[in-house]
Amino acid sequence: MKARPEIARGDGEPAEPPLLDVEGLRTRYPVRRPLAERIARRPRRWVQAVDGVSFSLRRGEMLALVGESGCGKTSAAQTILRMVDATGGTIRFEGRDITRSSQRRLRPLRRRIQMIYQDPYESLDPRFRVRHTVEEPMLVHGIGGSKRRRQEQILQALERAELSPAELFADRYPHELSGGQRQRVAIAASLVLDPVLLLADEPVSMLDVSVRAGVLSLLDNLRRDRTMGILMITHDLSTAAHFADRIAVMYLGRIVEQGPAREVVRNPQHPYTKALLSVVPNRDPLARSAPQILKGETPNPVEVPSGCRFRPRCPIAEERCRAIDPELRAPAARRAEGHDVACLLA
Amino acid sequence: MLEIRDLHVWFRLPDGGELHAVRGVSLDLAQGERFGLVGESGCGKTTTILALMGLLPPTAAVAGEVRINGQDILAGGEDSVRPHRWTDLAMVFQGAMNALNPVRKVVSQIAEPIELHGLGSAAAARKRADELLDMVGIPVAAGQRYPHEFSGGMRQRAAIAMALACRPKILLADEPTTALDVMVQAQILNLLVGLSQDFGLALVLVTHDLPVVAQVCERAAVMYAGEIVETGPMASLYHATSHPYTRLLFGATPDLYGDEAVTSIPGAPPRLDRPITGCPFRPRCDSAFDRCASEAPALRDVTSGHAAACHRNDLPAAERAARDAARSARSAAVEPAAGARTEADW
Repeated sequence: MKARPEIARGDGEPAEPPLLDVEGLRTRYPVRRPLAERIARRPRRWVQAVDGVSFSLRRGEMLALVGESGCGKTSAAQTILRMVDATGGTIRFEGRDITRSSQRRLRPLRRRIQMIYQDPYESLDPRFRVRHTVEEPMLVHGIGGSKRRRQEQILQALERAELSPAELFADRYPHELSGGQRQRVAIAASLVLDPVLLLADEPVSMLDVSVRAGVLSLLDNLRRDRTMGILMITHDLSTAAHFADRIAVMYLGRIVEQGPAREVVRNPQHPYTKALLSVVPNRDPLARSAPQILKGETPNPVEVPSGCRFRPRCPIAEERCRAIDPELRAPAARRAEGHDVACLLA
Repeated sequence: MLEIRDLHVWFRLPDGGELHAVRGVSLDLAQGERFGLVGESGCGKTTTILALMGLLPPTAAVAGEVRINGQDILAGGEDSVRPHRWTDLAMVFQGAMNALNPVRKVVSQIAEPIELHGLGSAAAARKRADELLDMVGIPVAAGQRYPHEFSGGMRQRAAIAMALACRPKILLADEPTTALDVMVQAQILNLLVGLSQDFGLALVLVTHDLPVVAQVCERAAVMYAGEIVETGPMASLYHATSHPYTRLLFGATPDLYGDEAVTSIPGAPPRLDRPITGCPFRPRCDSAFDRCASEAPALRDVTSGHAAACHRNDLPAAERAARDAARSARSAAVEPAAGARTEADW
């Protein structure tokens, strides 16, 4: 059903590289120092927003990066897009290392990696007709051919974003559209560039419940029909469980658990994942479980705790968790290939 | 304790027209009860509670009765609402956590309304503010800090403390957890449930998030186009849903462990600046029949305490079952479930 490329061939040919391969990615931002500290030449402090993140994404696959605000999921996406520079690790796109490529050499790649933003009320120019919004990316990248050819592509992209009849929507202004329709316009504007990788940052969290499923199904269809991979950033575990193939749970700049979506949700092994799942409200009022509410909030990534970074909030931490920083590895109770957990006790 | 009878709100539009935002809402609330008001943006849920508080802008006209312990608070306009505002009815506004004064200490912002309402001297107000901080789970010492030093969850707790300053009997909370992470959301919901249990505070939770209401509230009302379309105990709303909108809204909400498809509701709510004939939900309804186009359904009991405004409920049970079977056959044929997950798919 899903168009999955062959991973390994029997005749010894090398396997096709993943669409996106991220290894040991690190990103840090300087902390603003008060004037007094700057004069006293105190050392600069850093927020380690992404602290050694590794994952890969194949064509036709949807990976959900899940975590609370401040866990580094958006920073990771921005680093992959090369909007900020990585301080460590590698980003490979279609097998090519782009971690340190110059902006000039990145330009042709930018077309192929597109971002869908959270807020379709902010991301569309209110004075542009839909037609104009969808045409602009082609003009920026100098593609699309003649004006007439571009108009055809605009309509095609709108149809693919399920805005039909496209002719009707093309002449509207954003204020004439609902939230869901606006987000579809934003998606159409990236589709005209024929991307192979979509980064969707909370693509439905600003939309009404009744239209969320439609936009998510659209993304779901796009990666099924086309040879596209989607990295979805979300804080909503239910959405991730429903639409993603794999889930990676982030905490304080690290992936603490990743695996097939179903496994992560039904057989969670990391105490943080277990706690997060336990507080997701269930729509059945009779199915009230005992939520395991963690005290406090995600600590400040300027001062990452020693050993396991989840230890101060962990309900089952032991003495050795203070000293050892656990790596992502197969848990003892692993039931499915590719399910990894960063916990000494799993 | 709180009775709302046939509440209407109209807004005068700049072009001379009128927008009928709340169209005959009636509900009752008992002491210590937790009630959910659910609906999508623009359905009139916020307007309803602003009307209770007497806080609508001057362009609004209000009709109907709102009684607190038998006394009509809307009858005499501002003069009759003022004695009840904050002392009987208090509200946590949407985004209140972002509306704290950035240059004043949190504790003094909580103390200020107590003093202004003449409930005590400056010292007494300060003492009460410390009590309130403790009630909402903020360490008293932290009250000496400024809002920017607080996390989102802490600021929301402070906003709740401010609403509780004058010992209200009813707390109206407008989307109190929408901008918060799941873990912090669980902490705040836990706090609200605790307040209602420990202090007999009645809670009206206004939200678009059905699962949140399912976990927190005993009873709820679903609003659509300014009307309550279904109301009753939360468990019967979920297990014996009697309005197509409620059913479709549940169907659009992804469930962590559910395997069924999540489907959006096609179409958009009707414009409220024009008269609506028939059932307001008819254009989006998957079960509408001829009567729905001409006659507006009244909110009628399905079982005791559970009411819905749908003509379908007047049909004989056998005919209803036949229509349901035809509908599911139709939807199964039309949608090979975009975004649906089957067991084999995982």
